[in-house]
Order: sequence, then C-alpha cells, then structure tokens
Amino acid sequence: MSRVYEVMFIVRPDVVEEEVDKLIAGFSTTVTGGGGVVKTVEKMGRRKLAYMVRKFNDGNYVLLTVEADGPVVLELERRLRVTEPVIKFITVRIDEEEKRLAKVKALRGVRRKVEHAVSAPAPAAVAAPVTAAPVEAAEAAPAAV
Amino acid sequence: MSDETPVRASDSGASQGSSESGPSVGPSSGPAPRSGGGRPQGGPGGRPSGGPGGRGKFFRRKKVCKFCTEKIDAIPYRDVRLLQGFVAERGKIVPRRLTGVCTTHQRRLTRAIKQARNIALLPFATRH
Repeated sequence: MSRVYEVMFIVRPDVVEEEVDKLIAGFSTTVTGGGGVVKTVEKMGRRKLAYMVRKFNDGNYVLLTVEADGPVVLELERRLRVTEPVIKFITVRIDEEEKRLAKVKALRGVRRKVEHAVSAPAPAAVAAPVTAAPVEAAEAAPAAV
Repeated sequence: MSDETPVRASDSGASQGSSESGPSVGPSSGPAPRSGGGRPQGGPGGRPSGGPGGRGKFFRRKKVCKFCTEKIDAIPYRDVRLLQGFVAERGKIVPRRLTGVCTTHQRRLTRAIKQARNIALLPFATRH
C-alpha cells in the first residue's frame, strides 16, 4: 500500500540551477526505481533561512510530492542525508490529511445540496397536500353518504 | 424482576421517610406559586450584584477561531505567512487563550509551526 509523502529539501545556495535539476532527477530515479511515483516537483526558489544552517543563510527550496512505500522513502531519506549539497530536508506524510480534506469538502458539498433540496421541494410539499386533501375529501364524502 | 424488587424495597424504605414529604409536596402545590414567586424576588436581588460584578465593566469581545470562521481546512507548514500570525516576536507559539483559535486547529497549527521550524521556514528563536 503506497502512501503519499511530501519531501521538502534545501540545497546549498552556491549550487547552480542545473546541478539542482540533476539532484532532483537523481532523487526521482530512486523513487521510480523503488516502485514509487513522483507526482509533482516544485522548485520554490531561493529563500532566506529562518536560522543559520551549516553556515548558510540562504537556500534553494525544492518540494517533491511522492507516492511510494515506506522503504522507498527511507532510501530516499538516506540518499538525501548522504548527498552533500542538501543541507536540510523534511518528509511529511500527507495522504491522511488529503483524505480528511476530501471528506470535509464532500461534506460541505452535500450540505449545500441538502440546503438546496430542502428549499426547493418545500413549496411542492406544501402544494401537494392541498391538492390531495380535496380529492380525499371528495372520496370520503361519497363513502359517508 | 428479581433485580427490581430490591430496588423497590430500598425505594420503599427510603420513600417511607419521603412519602411523608410527598404528601406535603402535594398540598404545597397550592402554595408552590408563592414560593416560586418568592425565589425570583431573591434572584434579582442576588444576580445583578453577582453577574455584572463578575464581568466587570469591560465587555470583552468573544474571540473566534480564525480557521473555523474563514473555513481554512488545511494548515500547511509551507504557508509561512499564515503561520507567522500565530508566532510571537521571539518565535514562540502564541497560546490559544490569546488568539482564540479552537483546540483542534491549535493542535494542527502547532504541528505545522514545528514542521516549519524544522525546515528553517520559521525560527526556533530569534537571533542574539
């Protein structure tokens, strides 16, 4: 059962753009080689770090969204740790959160529909008994007679 | 049934005392409006002094959860702008009682802030 993870890592600021692309390609192959899928790759660009990391004040942020098994992610993390230009990384599992969000969204959609449904048939429901009542009365009247 | 009998027995034992009070309640149902009328008289005397006195002269606006009112479902650790609003100047997480965030969202917020700190998007503490 594969899970969805978000892997964010910071590359040293003195690494050129092409090198970063190469790194991303390398990590992608580790994921695909292990039977996972790289869903999205987002280069968030150069940012100021909130605190000094390995004597660097800036960093190139890269975000990968990966669908893979635990062992694949473990291997990816090992690679990240070993790769010298990567100064920091974080892996967050997001599939459960996505599921929760989808549920909330669906619930909201249903609620809206229900509100519409309630407001729509209400006049019809009111109208129905009015039309039905005379008929019943008409039927009841002969029976009484 | 066997379960009920002991209960009844205990009830009857207890109600022998209360059964006397029971009839007394019955007749008093006539005077009850009087006692009911008497209580509100005591109430207004006690309440105004207690209620407004407890609140003070200030009326504090009730703080509402930002995430509930604006229907922000996800609190991603990447959204630095959002998280920055819940971090004090020194980098501390602002407590719920000051921001008015509900328990559920504070929990998610805390997690997001800690993750953001880990990836150097937010500071653990300001420099110096």
